[in-house]
Amino acid sequence: MNHSLAFVLLLLAGIVVAADTTAPARAKRPPPPPAYLEECGGCHAAFLPRMLPAASWRRLLQDLPHHFASDASLDAVTAGEIERWLVSNAGDASRFPTAPAEDRITRTRWFTRQHDEIGAKTWQRAAIGKPSNCTACHRTAEQGVFNERDLRIPK
Amino acid sequence: MNAPNRSARLHRIAVLLATFVAAATSAHAESPAQIRDGYARLAGAPPQATRGQQFFGSRHGSDWSCSSCHGSVPTVTGKHASTGKAIQPLAPAVNAERFSNPTKVEKWFRRNCNDVVGRECTAAEKADVLAWLLTLKP
Repeated sequence: MNHSLAFVLLLLAGIVVAADTTAPARAKRPPPPPAYLEECGGCHAAFLPRMLPAASWRRLLQDLPHHFASDASLDAVTAGEIERWLVSNAGDASRFPTAPAEDRITRTRWFTRQHDEIGAKTWQRAAIGKPSNCTACHRTAEQGVFNERDLRIPK
Repeated sequence: MNAPNRSARLHRIAVLLATFVAAATSAHAESPAQIRDGYARLAGAPPQATRGQQFFGSRHGSDWSCSSCHGSVPTVTGKHASTGKAIQPLAPAVNAERFSNPTKVEKWFRRNCNDVVGRECTAAEKADVLAWLLTLKP
């Protein structure tokens, strides 16, 4: 093997070793598997696992070919990986006495309560369209951040 | 004694890692033209870009066409018809990531053809659409 190639490979290994020792220190919750961001986040906001109870996530992941009138089918290995992560980080059972209608985040009690000051006219604005369009107002929703400071309701 | 051992171990890890990365990428990477030609071979006929354009814009008897989400000329960012999420341009000339991974291409054709056409697309239809997309320039 020539020397410059060996050097590049060593550098690569060094980056991996360094990343491995520094990354976990900050993360409070386990980060989403890349497959979640790629497969689910490809079509809609990467919703947080705690937004639904485990039973809802299980049902959704077991029926991806009929996902809210869309085919979101996935190979079993990837779907299983995503399901395990969602279920193990799902909303606490005490917050969800029953699963929301149709397992929709927008039909949970916490969602309704948090958005009770938003009128029907507001939801219908062109830039919003419907309650599931998180990023229309929560500009940092893609990063999983939903605090009020980053909230802007488009006119 | 310890240091050379460590460096040898790191070196081994690096070689393994590089082999893995090379294997993972070379097994799947193809050019959009190669993918188009693969579908055309399966179809047993040369693709037709104009037929692909027509297919892309047609609703096939349901609510959506491909362009409902990707836009009628997908050299620009599209918008998911149901969720509103931005969809990066589909034309390979504008977005180099598109049609570079045959597994991913098959996955999206399967899902989206089921949504739009109500069945999986044929190899000829995929070849036509890709042939048209390859004619689009920035």
